[in-house]
Amino acid sequence: MTDMTPERLSTWTIRRRMAAEFWFYFSQNRGAVAGLAVFALLVLTAVFAPLLAPHDPILQYRDALLVPPAWTADGSAEYLLGTDAVGRDILSRLIFGARYSLFIGIVVVSIALFGGILIGLLAGFFGSWIDAVLMRVMDVILAFPSLLLALVLVAVLGPGLTNAMIAIAIVYQPHFARLTRAAVMAEKNREYVVAAQVAGAGRARLMFKTILPNCLAPLIVQATLSFSSAVLDSAALGFLGMGAQPPAPEWGTMLAEAREFILRAWWVVTLPGLAILVSVLAINLMGDGLRDALDPKLKRS
Amino acid sequence: MLRFFLAKLLYLIPTFIGITIVAFGFVRVLPGDPVLLMAGERGITPERHAELSAQLGYDRPFLIQYLDFLGRLFHGDLGTSLVTKKPVLTEFLALFPATVELAVCAILIATLVGVPVGVLAAIKRGSLFDQISMTGALVGFSMPIFWWGLLLIIFFSGTLGWTPVSGRISLLYYFDNVTGFMLIDSLLSGQEGAFRSAASHLILPSIVLATIPLAVIARQTRSAMLEVMGEDYVRTARAKGLTQRRVVSVHALRNAMIPVITTIGLQVGVLMAGAILTETIFSWPGIGKWMIDSISRRDYPVVQSGLLMIAAIVMIVNLIVDLTYGLINPRIRHK
Amino acid sequence: MTRFVRRLAAVSALALCAAAPVAAKTFIYCSEASPEGFDPAPYTAGTTFDASAHPIYSRLVEFKKGTTEIEPGLAESWEVSEDGTEITFHLRQGVKWQSNDVFAPSREFNADDVIFSFDRQGNADNPMHGYLPGISYEYFSAMEMGDLIASIEKIDDYTVKFVLTRPEAPFMANLAMPFASITSAEYADTLMAAGTTEDFNNKPIGTGPFSFVAYQKDAVIRYKKNADFYGEAPKIDDLVFAITPDASVRLQKLKAGECHLMPYPSPADLADIKSDSNLKLDSQPGLNVAYLAYNTTVPPFDNPKVRKALNMAMNKQAIIDAVFQGAGQVAKNPIPPTMWSYNDAIEDDAYDPEAAKAMLAEAGVEGLSMEIWAMPVQRPYMPNARRTAELMQADFAKIGVDVQIVSYEWGEYLKKSTDPSRKGAVILGWTGDNGDPDNFLAVLLSCAATGDGGSNRAQWCDDQFSDLITRAKQISDQSERAKLYEEAQVVFKDQAPWATLAHSTQYVPMRANVEGFVMSPLGDFTFETVDIAE
Repeated sequence: MTDMTPERLSTWTIRRRMAAEFWFYFSQNRGAVAGLAVFALLVLTAVFAPLLAPHDPILQYRDALLVPPAWTADGSAEYLLGTDAVGRDILSRLIFGARYSLFIGIVVVSIALFGGILIGLLAGFFGSWIDAVLMRVMDVILAFPSLLLALVLVAVLGPGLTNAMIAIAIVYQPHFARLTRAAVMAEKNREYVVAAQVAGAGRARLMFKTILPNCLAPLIVQATLSFSSAVLDSAALGFLGMGAQPPAPEWGTMLAEAREFILRAWWVVTLPGLAILVSVLAINLMGDGLRDALDPKLKRS
Repeated sequence: MLRFFLAKLLYLIPTFIGITIVAFGFVRVLPGDPVLLMAGERGITPERHAELSAQLGYDRPFLIQYLDFLGRLFHGDLGTSLVTKKPVLTEFLALFPATVELAVCAILIATLVGVPVGVLAAIKRGSLFDQISMTGALVGFSMPIFWWGLLLIIFFSGTLGWTPVSGRISLLYYFDNVTGFMLIDSLLSGQEGAFRSAASHLILPSIVLATIPLAVIARQTRSAMLEVMGEDYVRTARAKGLTQRRVVSVHALRNAMIPVITTIGLQVGVLMAGAILTETIFSWPGIGKWMIDSISRRDYPVVQSGLLMIAAIVMIVNLIVDLTYGLINPRIRHK
Repeated sequence: MTRFVRRLAAVSALALCAAAPVAAKTFIYCSEASPEGFDPAPYTAGTTFDASAHPIYSRLVEFKKGTTEIEPGLAESWEVSEDGTEITFHLRQGVKWQSNDVFAPSREFNADDVIFSFDRQGNADNPMHGYLPGISYEYFSAMEMGDLIASIEKIDDYTVKFVLTRPEAPFMANLAMPFASITSAEYADTLMAAGTTEDFNNKPIGTGPFSFVAYQKDAVIRYKKNADFYGEAPKIDDLVFAITPDASVRLQKLKAGECHLMPYPSPADLADIKSDSNLKLDSQPGLNVAYLAYNTTVPPFDNPKVRKALNMAMNKQAIIDAVFQGAGQVAKNPIPPTMWSYNDAIEDDAYDPEAAKAMLAEAGVEGLSMEIWAMPVQRPYMPNARRTAELMQADFAKIGVDVQIVSYEWGEYLKKSTDPSRKGAVILGWTGDNGDPDNFLAVLLSCAATGDGGSNRAQWCDDQFSDLITRAKQISDQSERAKLYEEAQVVFKDQAPWATLAHSTQYVPMRANVEGFVMSPLGDFTFETVDIAE
């Protein structure tokens, strides 16, 4: 046990240095910092939604149907961004919608990440027929356009937010599986792994403690990418009526409900889409920053 | 090269079998029942329901149905639509040109705009142009295209009245479908203004569909160019005193194009997904809208065979991309 | 003048130069969905009939324009036997069949065509019965024509006799329905000889006001005027259906002058349409009803008092305002007010949450928690069931009833809602097929329609009610029938198996220069009378 102590200490120091270095490169990228700021704001909005929202997002003000935003001629200060067809406050719905988007992103990425890593580790570590079967299954999933496959999956499972998230996660996890597998294949025969093996490390320990941490960087980048895609795809499913169901204030579902008003009430159409765009953009900016900071190849150029 | 090709092809066989299982399996476990949809609010007695299900062959065991499906597939029979009672292949072929026309226009826009922007941004790295175009690319990449399409309709068709709202050509023009591609058919018809009408109908949907590929291609081109320009041979060329223009066009561009071509090829899957949304918004009579409609109508044979055809197309295009890549870059072949 | 109209003028001018004597009048209808096919018999969608039965075909008897009354069509007159089971039709002579590139008729319409048209649907041995894969004749079977028709006899070339198994007053109305369109026996023979029977559905031949030219899937259907039509010739030369599924897109096209008339505007756009001087708007109550059906066999909904109490707690006017955007009227009876025998003397339960609460307490119901089923799709009688359910949820909360809104995929919804042990109250509706009250009351509320797979979603079986509507069906005198139906509506209101929600109003926006369009109470779109003013 005694000989472990210095190693642990040094690991900690290395980690701290790595983090400092990471932050240095990340903060070089102004876009990434802006993205992070917007994302932080989004998280705060989601967490404190009940405090921030001026109204209940599903409460219907029957005498205030389709009120335009406050700054227009017919607007009312009561409803800053106007109301929808059944008199619900759009600002409050957008604020609560942030919860849905973040929740969807987190759940989808967690499921896809977990499933993908597991499959990738198994395939990469054991090789032979396990690898062949698992990777063919991944190929099959990747052969379908993601949105189409997600649509059919949701149709199978039944429309709804949970099923939409499951469907999107299933469609995304081959990317993680492939990345993990490739990383494992590359790392498997490196000296440090062989050393650990010789030292008598068990297979599970080898897979999760030794190899996995060394292929985290591409997975993190892929995870941010998937996070933003998940927000987009779930909104698309909601728009096609297969995602979150009304009256949930999910942005894509709001757009779907608003479609019949495109000629008459621009605000019910424009604002939810803008919210989607801004949050996806923020996450992608962050993702770019992450990639630049984590990928040593690009740092050079 | 032939061995490389055959190996790739062999590799695809299990994937293709997997695709047939997915297409068949998913669709057959879809909840809901086409017989019920036909009956509507009126309802249907259990006896009549059993009778109709038997007529459609849905009362047999799954495995038998699957083998039957495969068997017919080998004979080129993709089944019959439950709604229109027409062969799925006939319907697919009637609608496919519309999607191809849209997708080709989109990929052309994306490439013709994306590549030059990416190259320029790379050359003028850090300039205002670089910053603006790359921000624009990221916005495009983050775009919910169904919303983007609605915005364009509101603005260009609604407010300005510049473009038609939906459809493929003004109904004033009537001519035979020779190729199924409206742009070509309108020219063949020789009717004055027909081509302009077809083009004006195509413009907004192609822009919407091109948005994400354009962003991806521009970003990919820029980073490929940057990478290549950092390579030794480019530095050498520069050191030899070659002009910037020559360095870029002869040395950097050619090598940078390899990953870019791959990227363009890989956009086919993205385009098919985008087509679902774009066609829905613009009432474009193509494969994407057909799939959506068929899913909601539980038109099993159409969803099954449609999924299969789309996956097969994506697979074939990816194979072609792989092969092209192998041709351009011999190192890959021997791996 | 819009750019489009200018272009239209230019093209017409061009046509004139090309030695055409008169400029062709083209009427463009922005339809909302693709037809399933062009043979009216195997399909059920109204959009299919608008594209097939109405323009291309004619029937023995027709609905008089703008009404649900029967008038002569291909049959000039008919006699009904004393006991009501034999109907003899005298057919019109000199009616010509249309022709196309694969068929030139050698004879005019006659009794053989009538017999063929029904035999191919009911007789499995008819060589054309199964001419499409997976074909079935849903309307023929739903209207129980197979049980009803004992035989159809040809007396001579222009006389046919229908022998029925029982007297059935609504039978004549059935014959005016799209599935009863008369098709050509000779065309079927020609196609069978050529082995291309699918053309029967793809290249239709009829005797109607327009003949089929071409169909481009999901995009456009083209027709031309049938110069040989037996009735009054259409005023337009070419009829075009531009298939445009999205309501707001349809309106944009209408405003841009890209089409002359459109169905089903979004209620949200009505105000805008009314204010546009280039457009005009026709409206009429639709032949439909939207309802909330309780399951009257499951407690506490087996108690009429509970059902009444809930009905009183429901603010139906709010539903009309928020969901129908005013494009509808509160329903008090299960049949729409445009239908004969509508009992206007009945008073609706007033909206009164306090009284409802008291009544619920009186029935001994406390802390009630119930499901309301909202269908996942938009229907002509119900623009947004989900929104309706949300409004009910809020209303019922006020009397202490907790509501969970449930929804299923549409096919699943239709099936599960017929389950006799269903727990929830279900939102659904009905659009009339033939304008006969029997088509509402018997289909939706008779004892025969209860049970799994039946269309009586309330599972409501009331002896008095069933007796009244059965008697009404067997009498042929309309005023006597009406009396029985009025009485049946009183029983219905008293027992309240449903909350009757609304009758939607049907709006038809069109260009201001469109003349002669007649709205059909059945919701059909027909264009033989329309004209475009210069």
